Amino acid sequence: MNKVDQSTHKSKENTSEQKLNSSPKQSLDLDKNHVTVGKPFSDDSKMTMRNVDVFYADKQAIYDVNLDIAKNEVIAMIGPSGCGKSTFLRTLNRMNDTVDGCRVSGTIAMDGENLYAPKLDVVELRARVGMVFQKPNPFPKSIYENVAYGAKIHGLADSRVDLDEIVENSLRKASLWEEVKERLHQPGTGLSGGQQQRLCIARAIAVSPEVILMDEPCSALDPIATAKIEELIEELSQNFTIAIVTHSMQQAARVSHRTAYFHLGKLIEVNPTEQVFTLPEHQLTEAYITGRFG
Amino acid sequence: MNNQSENLSRIQSSLKRRNRSEALFQWYGRTAIFIGLAAVAVLFFDIISKGHGAFRATYIKLDVHYDQSLIGIDNLADAAQLVDGNWAALSKAAIRGNFPDVSGRRDKRKLNKLLSNGAGFDLKDRLVENPQLLNKTEAVWILADDDIDTYFKSWLDNNPYDARLTDKQVQWIDDLYQQGRIELFFNANLFTRGDSREPEQAGIRGALMGSFLTLIMTLMLSFPIGVSAAIYLEEFAPKNKWTDFIEVNINNLAAVPSIIFGLLGLAIFINFFHVPRSVPIVGGLVLTLMTLPTIIITSRAAIKSVPPSIREAALGMGASKYQMVLHHVLPLALPGMLTGAIIGMAQALGETAPLLMIGMVAFIVDIPSGFSDPATVLPVQIFLWADSPERAFIEKTSAAIMVLLSFLIIMNTSAVWLRKRLERRW
Amino acid sequence: MQVTNILFLLVGLGAFGYYLGRGRSLAMANPLGGIRRLHSLPSYHGMHVALWCLIPSLILLGLWFIFADAVINNLVISSLEPALLPPDSAGYNLVFNKINNIASGVIKEQGQPLGLIEAAQYMDSLRTMSRWSLTLLLLTVSLFGLAWGQRKITVDFRARPAVEKVMQNMLFVCACLAIFTTLGIVLSVLFESIQFFRSVPLYDFVFGLDWSPQTAIREDQVGSSGSFGAIPLFVGTLLVSAVAMFIAVPIGLMSAIYLAEYAGKNVRTFAKPALEVLAGIPTVVYGFFAALTVAPFLRNLGSDFGLAISSESALAAGGVMGIMIIPFISSLADDVITAVPQSMRDGSLAMGATQSETIRRVVIPAALPGIVGGIMLAVSRAIGETMIVVMAAGMAANLTANPLESVTTVTVQIVTLLTGDQEFDSPKTLAAFALGLMLFMVTLVLNIVALHIVKKYREQYE
Repeated sequence: MNKVDQSTHKSKENTSEQKLNSSPKQSLDLDKNHVTVGKPFSDDSKMTMRNVDVFYADKQAIYDVNLDIAKNEVIAMIGPSGCGKSTFLRTLNRMNDTVDGCRVSGTIAMDGENLYAPKLDVVELRARVGMVFQKPNPFPKSIYENVAYGAKIHGLADSRVDLDEIVENSLRKASLWEEVKERLHQPGTGLSGGQQQRLCIARAIAVSPEVILMDEPCSALDPIATAKIEELIEELSQNFTIAIVTHSMQQAARVSHRTAYFHLGKLIEVNPTEQVFTLPEHQLTEAYITGRFG
Repeated sequence: MNNQSENLSRIQSSLKRRNRSEALFQWYGRTAIFIGLAAVAVLFFDIISKGHGAFRATYIKLDVHYDQSLIGIDNLADAAQLVDGNWAALSKAAIRGNFPDVSGRRDKRKLNKLLSNGAGFDLKDRLVENPQLLNKTEAVWILADDDIDTYFKSWLDNNPYDARLTDKQVQWIDDLYQQGRIELFFNANLFTRGDSREPEQAGIRGALMGSFLTLIMTLMLSFPIGVSAAIYLEEFAPKNKWTDFIEVNINNLAAVPSIIFGLLGLAIFINFFHVPRSVPIVGGLVLTLMTLPTIIITSRAAIKSVPPSIREAALGMGASKYQMVLHHVLPLALPGMLTGAIIGMAQALGETAPLLMIGMVAFIVDIPSGFSDPATVLPVQIFLWADSPERAFIEKTSAAIMVLLSFLIIMNTSAVWLRKRLERRW
Repeated sequence: MQVTNILFLLVGLGAFGYYLGRGRSLAMANPLGGIRRLHSLPSYHGMHVALWCLIPSLILLGLWFIFADAVINNLVISSLEPALLPPDSAGYNLVFNKINNIASGVIKEQGQPLGLIEAAQYMDSLRTMSRWSLTLLLLTVSLFGLAWGQRKITVDFRARPAVEKVMQNMLFVCACLAIFTTLGIVLSVLFESIQFFRSVPLYDFVFGLDWSPQTAIREDQVGSSGSFGAIPLFVGTLLVSAVAMFIAVPIGLMSAIYLAEYAGKNVRTFAKPALEVLAGIPTVVYGFFAALTVAPFLRNLGSDFGLAISSESALAAGGVMGIMIIPFISSLADDVITAVPQSMRDGSLAMGATQSETIRRVVIPAALPGIVGGIMLAVSRAIGETMIVVMAAGMAANLTANPLESVTTVTVQIVTLLTGDQEFDSPKTLAAFALGLMLFMVTLVLNIVALHIVKKYREQYE
C-alpha cells in the first residue's frame, strides 16, 4: 500500500465526515464541491482511486471520484443510465484506451502501482484485471479455444496437458464444465446466452486475474441464467476481487458486499450493501432505490 | 495466489517479445500502405514525365512563297482544284530556300523530312483562309516531323536522341536553332485533330468526340433504366424467388469481366441485330449493359437511405404509391443516384476491352459528329497509340492518358463533392 | 425517313396526346365543378392517352428492327439467279456482303456482275419501301391509339391506376434487364461455342496442350485442325493471376488492417482516398505502364543479375495487375474488418492480448469468410482482366509456370482472335467465344460463391 495514498485518504475521510456532520440533509441538487458520503475507503485495499476525472474529448464524464476496492470483496456500482458507472469501470483496466479522445486524470493504483504510469504495460495490467462484458462476446472459435485463448497468448501453458488442465479448471470454476465437456470443440457461439456469459467468465478467469470487472453481465440474460451467474459471482468472490456494474438493484443487493452509487458522473455514496438499501445516507441514493428515477 | 504470481512472472517475461511483434506488425501495415501510395506516385510521375512534352510541338520558321505555278491551280475557290494541287511543293520549296547549298537527291529528301509531311496541307488551309497571300511570301511556323520533334526536345533536355536522324539533319537543325528558326510552341493539334499515322499530326479530338458521344448514349440509356430498376426492386418488388433471381443477376453482372460484355455486343448487337460496327450507338449499348449494375446498386442504396417516416407520411396523406415515390422518395434519393451515375460514367469512360470487341478499335481519321459515325474512344486511342512503333507516340500516348485521367479525376471529385454537398443527415 | 426522325415524330405525337387528353378531361370536369369531380387528375388522363399513342407503335418499331433486315435479306437472296448463289455458307456471306456494299454505295457498281447490281438495286428499293411503309404504319397506329385513348376519357375513368399499372410493368421490365443481359451473354457465347465444338471436340479444347489458332485458316496445310488446346492459356491466365494475387493480397490486406485498426483519423482521411485512386485508373493506363515502364525495368534488372526475364513476362503483367487489385482487396477487407463487432476486440483486449494478437487471433478469423469472399472476387477480376495482359503479356502460348517467361492468357487470345476483320464463322472467331464461355463460367462460379459467402457473413453480424 502506498504511503502517500494512505495519507490523502485519511485527510479526505476527515473532510467528508465534517461535511456530513455540518449538513445532515443533503439536497437533491449536486453542488460543485460534492463529497462522497459513506465509507469509500478501506484499510485492506486492492485498488485505490484518487481524484479521478474522465473526459471524452471536451465532455467530462467522471468527476473527482475517490474510492478503494478491498481485497476479495464484491463491490457493486449502481446508478441511473448514463451516470458514468460503466465508464468508470473501464478505466480500471484501461479499456477506455480504445476510445478515441478519452482522457483520465487523477491516480488509479493497484497494489500501490499507478495504472496510468507511462511505463506500465496494459497487456500485463489486463492480464491481472480481467473483464466480463454486458453482452456475451465469445470469440467465433470453439469453446476450448475460447477458454484457452488467454493462456495461449500469454504463454501460460507449457504443454497440451497444461492447457487442457487450465481449460477444465476454468470451466469448472465457471460451473460450465458439466454442460460443455462433451462438446468442447464446438463453436462457443452455439451456446445459450447464459452459457456464453459463463464461457466469457471462464475465459476471463483462465489467466488467474486478481480483479474481475463485470459490466452489467446479466443485462442480456433471462432470469434463470442470471441466477446462475449471480451464484457464480458468490463463489468467485472467495478467490477474486470483483467490481460489478449493474442496472438491477436487487442484483447488487444479492451479490455485493459494498455498493457505490453514481449520479451524473459523481460518486454519491459508498456503504455496505445492506445499509445502502435499508438506510441510505444520501437523498439521491434514497431517491434512486425507492424508484423515484432510474 | 501462487498461481497468480507464477502467471504474472510468465507474462512479464513474454512482454518484450510480444511488444516487438506488435511493433513489427504495425510496420507491416505501414509498409503496405506506403507501397500502395508509392505505386500511385510512381504511376503518375511516370505518365507525366513521359507525356508532358506532347503538349508542345516543334515548329520551323520558313519563308514560304505561295507560288501559283508551283501549286498548279488557278482558282482557290474550286474545291476540285484544291484537292489536286501540289501543296507539298510549297513546303519543300520553303525548306530548300533556307538551305540553298543542299544538293543531291538523297540529301534533298532528308531535308524535306525535316518537315511534317502534312505541312503542305497546313499551308493550303492558310492560303484558303487568306487568298490575298497568293504569289506572295511570308514567314510561317511550319510543323516539324515527329523524329525532329523527338530529337529537338531531347536535345533541349541535354540528352539528345538522334538514332533516327543523319548527321546532316542534326547539323541542319543546329543551323536552324542558330538562326532562331526552330522553336517549341503549344501543340494545338493534339486537341483539334483526329488520329493520324504521323505522330506529329495525330490528335485526340476524334477520340474525345467518340468518348463523348458514347458516354451520352450510355447515360441516356443506363440512368433511366437503372433508376427504374432500383425503384422497382426497392419499392415494388414482391419478396419472391424471381426478385431474388434478379438480385443475384445484378450482383453477378457487376463482377462479370468487361470483355464478356464485348462478346455479348458482338454476337447480339452486331451479328444478330446488324447494328453497324465501330459506332457510338453500339458502344453505348454495350457500356449501358456494363454500367447498369453499378447504377442500380448505388441507386438502391440512395433509395434505402430515405427514411421510412417520409414514405409513411406521404401514404398517410392518401398519396398513391407512385405519387409517394415520384414526389418524395425520388427527389430525396436523387443526389445519391446522380453520384452513382457519375461513378458509372467514369467507369464507362475508362473502359477499353469490350469496345475492342465491337470494332471501335478501327483507325479513324475523321472526327465523328453523330451517334452513327464510325468512332473510337479515348482509352482505345491510347491502346492504339501504345501499340504504334513510332517513338513519338509514347509521348502522345502519355499525354492522352493525362487527358483521360484529368477527366476521370474531375468526374470522381465531382461525385464526391455532390455527395458531400447534397447529402442529408437524417 | 430515318429511324431517329421517326422516333422524334412519335415522341412529338405522344406529347400532343398528353396535351389533348389533359385538355379533354379538364373540359369534362369544368362544367361539373372543377377537377375534384374527376376520378384521376387531368395529368393522368393526359399520360394515359400518351401511353396509348406510344406503346403500340414502339412495340411495332421494335419488331421492325428485329425482323425487317432478315426479311429483306431473304427476299434479295431468293431473287438471285441460281448461278450466282454460292454453294457454302462462307461464300454466301461473301456474296451477301458484296450486295450490301453495292447497295449502300461502299463499292462502286462498275465492274460488278449484272445479277449482283440488280440484287443491290432490289435491296435498295426494298429498304426504301420498308422504311416508308413503316413510317405510315407507325403514324396510323399511334393516331389510332391517340383516338382510342381520347375516347376512353370520362369523369369516372380510372386513369391513374391504369397509368400506374403500365408504369409498374415498365419498371419491372427494367429490373429484368439484368436477367436478359445474363441470358444474352449465356446464349451468345453458348451458341457460338456449340458451333465451335462441332469442328473442334470439347475434349481437345479443354485438355489440349497446343494452342496455335493461326494454322487453322490455312486449310490446305497439315495440322490445320487440333491446334485449339486451351491448357497453355489456362495455365498462363492462372500464372498471371497468381502473381497478381501474390502482390495484391498481402498489401491490400495489411493496408486494410492498418487503416481500420491502427491509423489515426488524419492518416485515414488521406490514405484511404489516395489508395482508391488506384481503383479509378483505367486498365489501359495500367497496361501502358506495364508494357513501357515495368517490363523494361524488370528486364534490365534481370540482366543485371544475369537472369533472362522476357520483355513480356508474366511478372510484369501480373505485378501491375496486382497493384490494380490492391484497392479492390483493401476496400473489401476494410468493409468486413470493420463489420467485426467491437465487442470481439474488447473481449480479447480485456484478456491482455496486444492489438496485433487481437487482430491475428480474433478479428481476422472472425472476418475470414468475408475476406475469402473478397479474395475470390479479386481472383475473378484478375482472371477476366484484359487490357493489362493484352498490352504487357505475350501472344505465344507457352506452357510454363515460370513467371519470368512470356505467357498468354484467355483474354489476350479472345482479343487477338476477334479484333480485325475476320469472317465471323471461322473456327478462329468461334474459338474466341468458346474461350469466352470458359471465362464466363469460371468467373460466374467464383462470383456467385463469393457473393454468397460475403452475404452470409454480413447477415451474421447484422
